[in-house]
Amino acid sequence: MRTFIVWMAGCLVVPLMTTLAMANGWNMPVGVTDVSREIHSLHMTIFWICVVIGVVVFGVMFYSLFRFRHSKGAKAAHFHEHTLVEVIWTAIPLLILIGMAVPATATLKKMYDPSDADLDVMITGQQWRWRYEYLGEDVAFTSNLGTPRESIRGDAERGEHYLLEVDEPLVLPVGRKVRFLLTSDDVIHSWWVPDLAVKQDTIPGFVNENWVRINEPGIYRGQCAELCGMDHGFMPIVVHAMEGEEFDTWLAERKEASAQEAQGVDREWSMDELMARGEQSYNAVCASCHQPDGSGNPPAFPALAGNQALMDDRERHIDVVINGVSGAAMPAFRNTLNPVEIAAVITYERNAWGNDTGDLVQPAEIAERLAD
Amino acid sequence: MAPKLPLHHPVEQSSTASAGGQAAAHPAPPRGLMRWLLTTNHKEIGSLYLIFSLTMFFIGGIFALVVRAELFQPGLQLVVPEFFNQMTTMHGLIMVFGAIMPAFVGLANWMVPLQIGAPDMALPRLNNFSFWLLPVAFTLLLSTLLMPGGGPNFGWTFYAPLSTTYAPPSTTFFILSLHIAGISSILGAINIIATILNLRAPGMRLMDMPLFCWTWLITAFLLIAVMPVLAGAVTMMLMDINFGTSFFNAAGGGDPVLFQHLFWFFGHPEVYIMILPAFGIVSAIIPTFSRKRLFGYASMVYATASIAILSFMVWAHHMFTVGLPLAAELFFMYTTMLIAVPTGVKVFNWIATMFRGSISFEPPMLFALAFVVQFTVGGFSGLMLAISPADFQYHDTYFVVAHFHYVLVPGALFAILAAAYYWLPKWTGHYPNVKLAQWHFWLSVIGVNLTFFPMHFSGLAGMPRRIPDYALQFADFNVASSLGAFLFGASQLLFVILIIKCVRGGEKAPAKAWEGAEDLEWSVPSPAPLHTFEHPPTFRRESE
Amino acid sequence: MRNEAGRDHDNRQGVRRTVSKTLFALAGMFAFAFALVPLYDVFCEVTGLNGKTSASAQALVHEEVDTSRMVTVQFVTRGSAGLPWNLEVETRQIRVHPGQSAEVGFAFHNTGDSAIWGRAVPSVSPSRANPHLRKLTCFCFQEQRLEAGERMSAPLVFQLTRDLPEDVNTVTLVYTLYPVTRDEAALQARASGGIGDEA
Repeated sequence: MRTFIVWMAGCLVVPLMTTLAMANGWNMPVGVTDVSREIHSLHMTIFWICVVIGVVVFGVMFYSLFRFRHSKGAKAAHFHEHTLVEVIWTAIPLLILIGMAVPATATLKKMYDPSDADLDVMITGQQWRWRYEYLGEDVAFTSNLGTPRESIRGDAERGEHYLLEVDEPLVLPVGRKVRFLLTSDDVIHSWWVPDLAVKQDTIPGFVNENWVRINEPGIYRGQCAELCGMDHGFMPIVVHAMEGEEFDTWLAERKEASAQEAQGVDREWSMDELMARGEQSYNAVCASCHQPDGSGNPPAFPALAGNQALMDDRERHIDVVINGVSGAAMPAFRNTLNPVEIAAVITYERNAWGNDTGDLVQPAEIAERLAD
Repeated sequence: MAPKLPLHHPVEQSSTASAGGQAAAHPAPPRGLMRWLLTTNHKEIGSLYLIFSLTMFFIGGIFALVVRAELFQPGLQLVVPEFFNQMTTMHGLIMVFGAIMPAFVGLANWMVPLQIGAPDMALPRLNNFSFWLLPVAFTLLLSTLLMPGGGPNFGWTFYAPLSTTYAPPSTTFFILSLHIAGISSILGAINIIATILNLRAPGMRLMDMPLFCWTWLITAFLLIAVMPVLAGAVTMMLMDINFGTSFFNAAGGGDPVLFQHLFWFFGHPEVYIMILPAFGIVSAIIPTFSRKRLFGYASMVYATASIAILSFMVWAHHMFTVGLPLAAELFFMYTTMLIAVPTGVKVFNWIATMFRGSISFEPPMLFALAFVVQFTVGGFSGLMLAISPADFQYHDTYFVVAHFHYVLVPGALFAILAAAYYWLPKWTGHYPNVKLAQWHFWLSVIGVNLTFFPMHFSGLAGMPRRIPDYALQFADFNVASSLGAFLFGASQLLFVILIIKCVRGGEKAPAKAWEGAEDLEWSVPSPAPLHTFEHPPTFRRESE
Repeated sequence: MRNEAGRDHDNRQGVRRTVSKTLFALAGMFAFAFALVPLYDVFCEVTGLNGKTSASAQALVHEEVDTSRMVTVQFVTRGSAGLPWNLEVETRQIRVHPGQSAEVGFAFHNTGDSAIWGRAVPSVSPSRANPHLRKLTCFCFQEQRLEAGERMSAPLVFQLTRDLPEDVNTVTLVYTLYPVTRDEAALQARASGGIGDEA
């Protein structure tokens, strides 16, 4: 009897916890697209079907455990098969499954809607950041983790959006169909924003497709969902959805800003300017592997501070930053940073942490190397 | 778990003396370490397997506790991300290949010959070899943690190119150790198939076998079918890493997604390799403690076979977000949902066995009942995951972690524990201590649910798996999971104490240790002498 | 006694038969794993799975151009680590009728200071369009070698066949440039891992 009561109590705790948790938002988000809403209602439907089946099945089980106890003198019956019953409990689940498959199929077909999009965004996964490219709009940027390393280590306060904040969010228009083309520069990542119900793997060398039409303006956060190496947990996604007109203005301004930055290439930069710009870019892009103090993480990520080979060979240094190393974690930054940033980072690496080579790399020199 | 086996059983010995041929009196085995190194006895090898798997269970468990300790609160406190990744990877590899699989092989070694009335496994020397490959494989695997660049850090699913182009230098050793462990599994499977098909007691048809033998026979066929595919996939990895081929490298015309197809073609049947023998165990225990024959024996066999066959047609449900065409998504969704049918039949049969039985709650029964309930919970989340559109939200989150841990911990592992409690009297001649067993059971049940139930919610709320640090909104449920994990881990120490006590002494068990137990193993004395059934027993079919 | 020995003999024969059968199955499955590689390629080509395109030139299908329908074909080019090349396409997208063949110019440029081999790896999205995209001429069929600073223009001639599924209105063709390792030294540098070379 005691055992039975404990069992029943245990069985009550679980659904109680479930209900409480789900009521407190510990559930799949409803999201802000038609697809996400449909997926959510599909999820809840299947969940409740499972609950009902569970109640019936476990009900019979616990009834048997309670009713037919040896200690209460129960005598075992002798039946051990019954064709009709067995056929019935094969057929009923089959029917329930068909009932589940019908709405699931309909939702899936909607998710594969091939109609024309208003905007194409190319999403590239890279260890460990995302790159967004508005195709045909001359706007492209990388989106890095915005949380400072200090708060991860616990040396600084953790903000509300700890680990779910970036330096520059992906901006999307509300009410327009946006098509995503997804690929990767290195390993497989997966771009996931729960509120948009988009999760799509990015495969190096191959392109995947997905789409979204956001219904409400807002800021939606997500993370990389596929283990992609050391900083897999530190490549968040932030989507800023705004009204169409607001978006158009933003796009125009962002285009302008990119053009302005490109102009900085032509002028001569001073050491101090380059060091300041370089430190900023280094900490955003390079520090996760080579560490803020340049000590690296050998063997995968060599130390830069006090690295004699690096200090001796300026050409090789520039080449590696621009073109990356094939088959290693070092990406080609020609694709992600502009000439000013590349020049600044290299200058910074050649002069910070006691590397003191005194070398100056001008943006113009980098631009020339990259030019056709 | 090594029982002190009497070297010879007097009755057996006198009867073998006249048998002649290979059944002549057994020479005294070597003593000490050499005895265990050279043994070809299925019971001793079974014990070795079980001890090995228990050891690996604790090593893999410690890795899991490192993971849970780091995840106890937000921020990086104890380990760096690279090491965290090595811990999650090693935990998975050790538990799957080092703990669960060898435990089932150990149980098969001990019990299959006893249940079918065979004197030993069909290939005793091969049996010894396949066991001793395991310590070699796992020493090698564990040693990679000390190599420069660390051990495997790409998850137990080792997706290319993270596990090839971007892998640490130790990956070659990881591949080698997987090859060795794979050969061990294959040899074990060959042995079990050969034993079951050829050494059954005269008169025992396949459809007369206990379900544990049936599920293991089917498992062994699964192993034969998919372990070579795993071997092929890791060989391709090896060639990509060391010989410049491009099976999985887009730069050379290969395809990283091909790796996932190969891996899951192995991986999904592998999941059933880890659960089918558990079905067999539970199908033995529930009738015993319900004092009633198993309901629907034939449908149990057919359900097991259908699950095994279906397992080859569902692999891409692990890859719904990889960019499959609509037709493939639909096909794999439907086939995956179909698996619920035979699995449901099994659960219904167990419950029908209990219905109008005469039920008592000895430790093995407790674990078997917990298995039924919690495995079914894992089955429900599995059904939810099968729904491809919803899987776009569940995939690679803690919801998946919760799902497969429900199937493997309170599922497979509880079945192994149930089996240990069920057969310990046969192995050691003593009943396990009931009080200690009950403590072990209740603490395990609470620990397991406290660990894994909250993971459903952290997953639904958006926490991806395999991350060393998380956003603040996931904190509460991670605290619960971590506390549960430490409770569960600590309560397994009770199990070790219990086994040691049980080997040393305790209430003496008769040949038929449980009132309702009917299978052949209960006709030999407890503890089972080193050599049993040297003359095949006469098998009597239960009258219909 | 006779019976006993006879049964032992039968058993051993049975075991031997079973073992040889399972070994045979094992060898078969191991071979099957490797056979899956070409099978997968064939499967991808037939179904378009994964957007992997044919690796050799295909013939033009002579069919009437379907002027009632327009399909947008987009071109995206990408670089990758270790190859200092630029690949530019003359137009970001063109509109074609199914059945019609079209030519688009691509320009390679090695901005590095040494000669190097590279290859442009194509991928098509949506993958359903893949079996209907026929490439008559493509630089992606072979590896290219460019001297330091060398430029090369190469055309892509393709055709979207008329049986392209009705609902496909946009086809995206992505080319990713990859370096080709042609010598042992480079291979070893790669195997020994990474930007250690930088040091």
